[in-house]
This record gives sequence, structure tokens and C-alpha cells, in this order.
Amino acid sequence: MAEVKLFGCGYSPFSRRVEMALKLKGVEYEYIEEDLSNKSPLLLKYNPIHKKVPVLLHNDKPIAESSIIIEYIDETWEGPSILPKDPYERAMARFWVKFIDEKCGVAMWKAFASPGEEGEKAKEEAAQLLKFLEEEIKGKKFFGGENIGLVDIAANFIGYWFGIIQQIAGLELLTKEKYPNLCKWVDGYINHSLVKDNLPPKDKMTEVLKPLAQPGYSGYKPKV
Amino acid sequence: MENSGHIVKLYGAWGSPFVHRVIWALKLKGVEYEYIEEDLSNKSSSLLEYNPVHKEVPVLIHNGKPVVDSIVILEYIEETWPHLYPLLPADSYDRALARFWIDFGQQKRPTVHAFCGSSKENNEKTGEKMLETLNIIQDQALGDKKFFGGDSIGMVDLYFGWYVQWFPCFEQLAGLQVLNPSNLPKLHKWAMNFKEEPIIKETLYDSKKLLLHLEGIRKKRYMAAQARVL
Repeated sequence: MAEVKLFGCGYSPFSRRVEMALKLKGVEYEYIEEDLSNKSPLLLKYNPIHKKVPVLLHNDKPIAESSIIIEYIDETWEGPSILPKDPYERAMARFWVKFIDEKCGVAMWKAFASPGEEGEKAKEEAAQLLKFLEEEIKGKKFFGGENIGLVDIAANFIGYWFGIIQQIAGLELLTKEKYPNLCKWVDGYINHSLVKDNLPPKDKMTEVLKPLAQPGYSGYKPKV
Repeated sequence: MENSGHIVKLYGAWGSPFVHRVIWALKLKGVEYEYIEEDLSNKSSSLLEYNPVHKEVPVLIHNGKPVVDSIVILEYIEETWPHLYPLLPADSYDRALARFWIDFGQQKRPTVHAFCGSSKENNEKTGEKMLETLNIIQDQALGDKKFFGGDSIGMVDLYFGWYVQWFPCFEQLAGLQVLNPSNLPKLHKWAMNFKEEPIIKETLYDSKKLLLHLEGIRKKRYMAAQARVL
């Protein structure tokens, strides 16, 4: 019986974040792929409140919500640090993760998935918000410094999923001209061994995301 | 002395529950700080410099370095002064659970805001959803404990501390009481216990003043949001 299990979905950036964290620490785990249109009884048992992936099971104790799971992984297992050691640097990392999830990511998704004026407004907002990340990454290889850290892991939506979304929607939001440093980070990120082996194939992901760009579908799905 | 080598400033605004969480944490840990009141209708250049992304209070300045977002600040205070009145459990699984419940509260903000923006005409549905949420918090987060943190106040108590003074004001404005002994006996008892803790008691606002203040906020934020939803 595996000590560590992960209930996830290959298309979910939140699920993939947890896999990156586990792989970074070299933790062996059993992976269970969930069909989100037909959630397993076990998933509903381990995450009755939100009924979502990812859920980590460690010695039969479940933990939900990707950011919380990743902090738990960092505290529990030896290996490269995911969060910085210094309390101020940790506060900065947590701040940027919240910024990515609650502000930037939301606006970027709306720019793609919301129709008409709402989408246009979101595009403008996202363009402004991305400037903060462009400034933050200046002079650094990764948000975590020399190595991938918490913020890089959390920015996987920006690093990979959004590139696919831009192509589908014909959006020109995250471009080399407007965000040279951020785009340089994207290149380094998706080619990093930890990341590139842990991404859903582009064609499959495109198939999954295409229907969401259709008119009539609106509303941000913050977590899969 | 707790403050040797630490210079702590807090930018806040009267009536803000987010600022209050930070004040409670600093007081429980006995950390001395200078408080700077911000006029949110006319934000200071310092605030905008320290928090260019959100331009909000609270902002904690520790030895010249700014930390923003009340939940990030609470974790920072806990990690910087870990031995003084711990706000999180020692066990990492229990810490994950504490963070889960804070995140749950965050995810339920639309439900809370909808209730806060309600009036006598439309508070039934919003009141129902509010009660549903509070039932989960009572039964699953609090359970039979005195506080969310166990025998003493923890970070989750500070997060839900909003319910002991701000929420009753919104209940009055919405014309519906949800958090009462018959609906939520354990949570109501928690609220009474929390308010009686000396550090919490000494920081509570004059209720009439707070009600007036929140009435303004309700009109500006929550009723507008409700109008979009209904």
C-alpha cells in the first residue's frame, strides 16, 4: 500500500503543480487519474468539501488545495527547498503565488473565456498585471532564483497553458515584444527537465481547451 | 525583550477586519509596533510605494521591508516570532488543516458578500447559503474545540474573528440573524469565548460606530455586487 497517493487530472495545472513538487523532492507516489465528469467515490471521500483535484493522501490523511499541499510537501520531505528558508523571502513567494492565482491568472482566463466587453476589460487588466511579473523576473533565471521554486511551480498556467490558450483564441497578450523577460522565463521553464516531463501534450490540451473558447461558455473555472 | 532589533510598523485603516487580524497577532505575540492610520479615500504615497500591486491595507513594515496581504502577514509574523504565542500547530498535517480552513473562508467570500449586501426583501436565499457555510465551519473546522486553534486562539480564530463583531453588524443591516445560539450553538459559543479573551476584548470597536461605517461599505461594495448577481 503506497504511503503517498495523488488524486489528479493530467489537464489541470493545479494537479501538475503538486506532481512537480513531489518530483522535486524525489517522493515516490501512486498517481490516480480522475475523470472529472465522473468523480471516484474515493475522491469524494477524501475531499468532501470541494470535491476537486488535486488531493494528496499521506499515510491515509488527505490534504486538498495545491498551495497547501505543496507547503506540506516542502515541510515533510528532505530535498531541494520549494519555498525559501528566510521568512521575508517566504512571504514574498506566498504573495506572488496569490497574485498569480487570484489576480493575474483570473484576468488572463477571463480575457480568453469571457465574451465581449468583459473579455476586453480582462485583457487590459491582465496586460497591466503581467507587468508586475515582468518586473519581478528581471535579472533572474527563475522566480525562485537559480532554481525552480514555489512561484515558478505556481506560474505553470502562465508558462504553458496560457501559450496554448493564446493560440486557440488568437490572443496576443503575452508577447516577446511586450514582456521580453517573462517570455525568456517561459522558454527556460518549459524546457526545464522537471517541468517538460510533467506537462500534458500540447495537442491533447488544445482539444480540451478549444470548446471553452466558444461563445456561450463564460465564467472562470479557478480550479479543476 | 521581544523587540530588540525589530522595528515594526503597521499601515491600517479604522474598521478594517483585515488590519484587525494583524493587530491581534502582533498583540498576542507581544510585538511592539507603530500604527499608521491610512485614509483610504486619500492614500498616502508611502502606502502606494509599499504596496504598489494592491494599494491596500494592511501593510506590515519590518525593519524597512513591506509585507502585504493579511494572510501572508499572519504567516510572516508566525515565522518571524515563532516562540511567542504560536498561532499554528506544531504538526505539519495540522498546519495544513489550519491553512485549509482559512482557504475555505476565502473561497466562500462571494456567499458572504452576497449576504452582507442583502436587505429585508432578498435575504432569505443569501441567508440560507450563509447558514450552510457557517454549519460547515462549525461542524468540521471547530467541532467540539473551544477555539479553532484548540485550547488557545490560533491563526484560524484570527481569520474567522471577523464573525464576532463585523458580521453581526451586517446581520443587522441585512435584517436577518444567522449566527445565533439556536442555529449554530457551538460557533456562537466560540464567538462569545473569543470576544472575552483580554487581547481581543480590548481591541473591539464601539458597535454603533462600526455599524455606521459598515453601512457605507455595504452600499458601495456589497449591494452593487448583489445587484450584478441577482
